[in-house]
Amino acid sequence: MSSTMRPLIQSEAFLRVVSPALAGFGMLATWEVACRHFQIPSYLFPAPSAIAQTFVADAGSLLWALWMTLRVALIAFVSAVVIGTLIAFAFVQSRVIERAFLPYAVVLQVTPIVAIAPLIIILVKNTQTALILCATIIALFPIIANTTLGLRSVDHGLVNLFTLNKASRLQTLLRLRIPSALPYFFGGLRISSGLALIGAVVAEFVAGTGGRSAGLAYEILQSGFQLAIPRMFAALFLITVAGIVLFVAMAGLSRLVLGEWHESEVAPET
Amino acid sequence: MEHVAPQDFGAGEPVAIRPIAGEPVVEVLSADKVFANGTRALAPIDLTVRDGEFVSLIGPSGCGKSTLLKLIAGLLEPTDGRIVCWRGGEAGRRMSFVFQDPTLMPWSRVEANVRLPLDLGHTAKAEARARVDKALALVGLTEFRRNFPRQLSGGMRMRVSIARALVTEPNLLLMDEPFGALDEFTRNKLDSDLVSLWWARSLSVMFVTHSIYEAVFLSTRIVVMAARPGRVFGELVIDEPHPRDDNFRTSPRFGKLCRDLSGLLTDASIASAAP
Repeated sequence: MSSTMRPLIQSEAFLRVVSPALAGFGMLATWEVACRHFQIPSYLFPAPSAIAQTFVADAGSLLWALWMTLRVALIAFVSAVVIGTLIAFAFVQSRVIERAFLPYAVVLQVTPIVAIAPLIIILVKNTQTALILCATIIALFPIIANTTLGLRSVDHGLVNLFTLNKASRLQTLLRLRIPSALPYFFGGLRISSGLALIGAVVAEFVAGTGGRSAGLAYEILQSGFQLAIPRMFAALFLITVAGIVLFVAMAGLSRLVLGEWHESEVAPET
Repeated sequence: MEHVAPQDFGAGEPVAIRPIAGEPVVEVLSADKVFANGTRALAPIDLTVRDGEFVSLIGPSGCGKSTLLKLIAGLLEPTDGRIVCWRGGEAGRRMSFVFQDPTLMPWSRVEANVRLPLDLGHTAKAEARARVDKALALVGLTEFRRNFPRQLSGGMRMRVSIARALVTEPNLLLMDEPFGALDEFTRNKLDSDLVSLWWARSLSVMFVTHSIYEAVFLSTRIVVMAARPGRVFGELVIDEPHPRDDNFRTSPRFGKLCRDLSGLLTDASIASAAP
């Protein structure tokens, strides 16, 4: 065997894709076998096959619920990015503004969303708006904190260089501060996208909205009341997948923008 | 040529090969610097650098060499006294600064880093392109123009930094220990390149360094500074003809000049000792 024909088990693709897939398959198989062997009823702990059957049977309503939850999460995420970035720019423009408002941003961050969600749902008449507001609040802080840090983390030498070349404030912002802030900003995006989804689900739990705009959290609640445990698992599975997709999308975006130059995205040279 | 003691400072006989009776490029007129925390970085300093000179500033740490350079660049304001460049006729004259670190924008390719001063000054595209080509050719980095800084070695990054300083075709180059972080071999190579570059154009250079060999190799004049407070302690004129090459580095004369400078530096260190 030549040296280029390395054993499959050592190849990069195997380690990255095949091994976690195999491990997952192994766990699912154990789960299935255990459920069958101990004859655990599906209203207590369903086997993967039962969950899959429910998923296929209820695909329409589950996917619609997923779309409802995702919609809230995405609108909240985009709002958080826009508002958070604007706040960060305001903070960087003046220390006075930052000193005055940062404590309240922290208050917003440390107050558990579950605790304020009922209040928001009472105060805001439109339920969808209330859900979006809850999710935005929880997704906002990482954007503010990371973008502010990023806009401030500018190489001092480069600031001097810009000063020596008589750069205007706008030039310094566009050519120096914003590019310096990007790695931090993308770090904020990754955290924030996950939080927006969590915020949407938590707010739905509290609001308990039914009807056409019912999201996955409502499906989980209803399934619990009806002891439709396989359906509960199917909804849970969808939330997890949505979270992973959001995270991977943010990582991909970060790689797309920073890939060529930032250390975090550059593969180490071998 | 002996070094000049502080008391009869200026009485030496400058035998520089390039005529340096030119216009003063920088005049430091009793400028001093006291930082906000009360530290006296520079006692009032008087120093004139003339057109075409290559002046090195050397001295024990804390003697204010870098502070002096920043005052001249306008990055700091003198607490008292004045600094006049080109007798006040600054129009059309440019100075560039080369920092201790390459100070490159990691998100920009080599060519965009070099082009930055032109972009900030709104130079027309075609002209900017021609100037970047020229600056990159001068430092020998033409084939690396599309690379990102992280793909270059430390010496190459410093070359990018120098190309960026040269792209505006400055009349005065201020360099703050630019090669301090490089290995000796790379440093010697860059020193040789720098000195031929300086020789080939009408450029004045002020160069802060810690290295005796570097100062002697490069300079037409070396200003030795002392600390507490930072002040000019003495001067040494290096009247070796240009262009200089490795033969100068190995000549007995080079050794003698290094010994002279070393002696002057020792005296400066003693004078800098904390009371």
